[in-house]
Amino acid sequence: MASSSIPAGGHSDPTRRDFLMVATGALAGVGAAATAWPFINNLNPAADTLALSTIEVNVTPIQVGQAVTVKWRGKPVFIRHRTADEIKEAEAVPLSALPDPQTDNSRVTDTAKKVRPEWLIMIGVCTHLGCVPLGNKPGDPKGEFGGWFCPCHGSSYDTSGRIRKGPAPKNLVVPEYLFTTDSLVRIG
Amino acid sequence: MRKLLATGALALAALASGAVAIAAGTEEHPPHKHWHFQGPFGTYDRGAAQRGYQVYHDVCAACHSLQLLAYRNLMELGLTENQVKDLIKDIVVPDLNDDGQPIERPARPSDRFKKPFPNEAAAAAANNGKAPPDLSVIVKARENGPDYIHGLLTGYVPYEKLTPEQIKAFSVTKDDNFNKYFPGHKIAMAPPLADDKVTYNDGTKATLDQEASDVVEFLAWASEPHMEDRKRTGVRVILFLIALAGFMYAVKRMVWADKH
Amino acid sequence: MASSHGTPPVFNNKVIAWIDHRLPIFSYIEKEYHTFPTPRNFNYFWNFGAIATVMLVLMIATGVVLATNYTPHVLMAFDSVERIDRDVPQGWLIRDLHMNGASFFFIAVYVHIFRGMYYGSYKAPRELLWILGVVIFLLMMATAFMGYVLPWGQMSFWGATVITNLFSAIPVVGESIVTWLWGGFAVDNPTLNRFFALHYLLPFVIVAVVALHVVALHVHGSNNPTGIDPKGPQDTVPFHPYYTMKDGFGVVVFLIVYAGFVFFAPDYMGHPDNYIPANPLVTPAHIVPEWYFLPFYAILRAIPDKLGGVLAMFGAIAVLFILPWLDTSRVRSATFRPIYKWFMMVLVVDVVVLGFCGANPPEGFWVPLSQLATLYYFFHFLILLPILGKIERPLPLPPSIADSVLKKKAV
Repeated sequence: MASSSIPAGGHSDPTRRDFLMVATGALAGVGAAATAWPFINNLNPAADTLALSTIEVNVTPIQVGQAVTVKWRGKPVFIRHRTADEIKEAEAVPLSALPDPQTDNSRVTDTAKKVRPEWLIMIGVCTHLGCVPLGNKPGDPKGEFGGWFCPCHGSSYDTSGRIRKGPAPKNLVVPEYLFTTDSLVRIG
Repeated sequence: MRKLLATGALALAALASGAVAIAAGTEEHPPHKHWHFQGPFGTYDRGAAQRGYQVYHDVCAACHSLQLLAYRNLMELGLTENQVKDLIKDIVVPDLNDDGQPIERPARPSDRFKKPFPNEAAAAAANNGKAPPDLSVIVKARENGPDYIHGLLTGYVPYEKLTPEQIKAFSVTKDDNFNKYFPGHKIAMAPPLADDKVTYNDGTKATLDQEASDVVEFLAWASEPHMEDRKRTGVRVILFLIALAGFMYAVKRMVWADKH
Repeated sequence: MASSHGTPPVFNNKVIAWIDHRLPIFSYIEKEYHTFPTPRNFNYFWNFGAIATVMLVLMIATGVVLATNYTPHVLMAFDSVERIDRDVPQGWLIRDLHMNGASFFFIAVYVHIFRGMYYGSYKAPRELLWILGVVIFLLMMATAFMGYVLPWGQMSFWGATVITNLFSAIPVVGESIVTWLWGGFAVDNPTLNRFFALHYLLPFVIVAVVALHVVALHVHGSNNPTGIDPKGPQDTVPFHPYYTMKDGFGVVVFLIVYAGFVFFAPDYMGHPDNYIPANPLVTPAHIVPEWYFLPFYAILRAIPDKLGGVLAMFGAIAVLFILPWLDTSRVRSATFRPIYKWFMMVLVVDVVVLGFCGANPPEGFWVPLSQLATLYYFFHFLILLPILGKIERPLPLPPSIADSVLKKKAV
């Protein structure tokens, strides 16, 4: 590639030279970025961890008034088979009395939009600083609103798992769940 | 320097050929078969591997665990989630209940393959003192894995067909299992496969060779489920590196142009 | 590019100038990796220092990521490695890179060592540079050995057992030392745990010694294929861009071969038995170390005496430490040593023969062959080199590096 601006015997055209440098640098940069990805991706949740990110629970054995705790994504999930009184109590609370206003109905609806007031399913982690509230076992203190009571800093939740008193800012979180049959619920 | 390299290469080649000649010794090697998954572009034959799972499930699983695999992995073999759930609907696995008591519950896709024995000691006790090996990585754990396992499964010789020399040399009795390719020839495992030992769902005729080939395809997949991904990535990486090497060489030539 | 060596660099960027005034890292990089005068006549053997550095960095990077998913416990180590292979996103890639990276690190370093021996890079004033290199080699061997134990397969376990037992050959205190190494009465969980800790630590020690290796290198600069010192600017080129680009090209070509193994034969360099979980009650038929240890393993087995074998094996490496004083020749490069040149090739063949001896069971003709090869190995260093330096008549050296380059071009 002869160029008039370069004296005879000189090296190649400066444009060609720059192009080659830039192209090589860009290619090497792409390679470095593509190499970095597997190193970062390696720290993402592994397939065996992801396989446990959805669980199925058979709710038939849970009697009215009883609750169970299942482990999901490393955290406790409360499944409560509520009594008619508990449902009535939860539905009767005016939204104005709630620090984090949510209707009871919106907290017992599965991803198929079907409402099942008898089943309350929540992540059992206090929204204050992450302790597990008491109230799932028969002998546990349930707090003054008949739901759950966090022993760490005294947050009280009602029979819909909504925060009523204490330092926690939010209601107990309801995960995505779906009743695939009347007795089988898939969480996650 | 070129001469130096050539001399070195020659010396190495001479040595290597000598070593190969020595290695080609007396042992009978299992016949080489062409496998669908071999070669730089080879992939697993999904149909064969699924049939192989059937062979494993119907025959091998009675004694051999496959504990590094989970039922969910079968989806990578081309089964749908519902097909996997259907396959495992009758399987119950041990677990603990909330009170810490041992219970049995239906298997889930996230569960590892159920082991035939609760632990290695129990497996050994039930099998004349020698626990059947886990098959999860068996294809990688044997020299020439696929050919060896295929050879082993098809290489049994009934006592009546042994030559008197063989019987004498390896002191074989009527109760022993003689296998052409097993080191030492006497193997604890009775011939596991035979014609029509399984009935294939897809209607393939279940000959001994077919069953052995299919189960090898399945076990090869079990040993390295990501192999196809590995080879695909490899093709891309090497093409990229060759391109980069070309560019680097051009740059190097250009930089050095005034010094040569 | 800066053509004048030695003038302090001026940085136009204010931030860089500010930092450099207080902490002269940019001046250092400029001086040692940019304008650094480097002999202009390197051949491609001189790529392997850079290649080895790249492999070291790659091994540390993959190793750290692997450690985030690995469990150093006898009951879980094997399964955790398999989990990395199966379940961790692209875990198989990182593991295959690390597993084969060890082999390719050794390939690079062996070529680098050969280069140093062939061209006399260990001779004055580079003796300490060479000794630091041997220290790196020893540290690499220790690191690689402990790394091979971590997957806790049959070869891991029995390799660890055999190699740690070497120390029991030491009179009187041997047994106590082995018990101390194990942290018990056999290779077991405490051993695995400490090997993991050390396997993580030693690479960073290697980095530190590599830094010293480079510092020592930059005192007198690199040797070169003629072995004669540069006499002026006409004999050298600035390190950047001449050798950065040449090294870059060499590194990429090396990576192509490496990638070939990583992606298309990841288990070729390994042993199938290491996919059998460790079993302290069953020894594999043939215990063989990884290929890069085979010559030393052959020397170990060549001596029909426990202590003698161990001493010979360690002696094979120890002799490298005193190589600068064993070689009495005043000429560095084998290019100008007509006899030494051929003996150097014989030594390479000898080491390869030792490798094959180490790979095969110590039976039949392998026993005398490995003894002969071991004898020759020590003969080369302890007898041949001191005598040859005195009697060999070297070829006339070119007056300068530039002369040798121009002459080659004319031919």
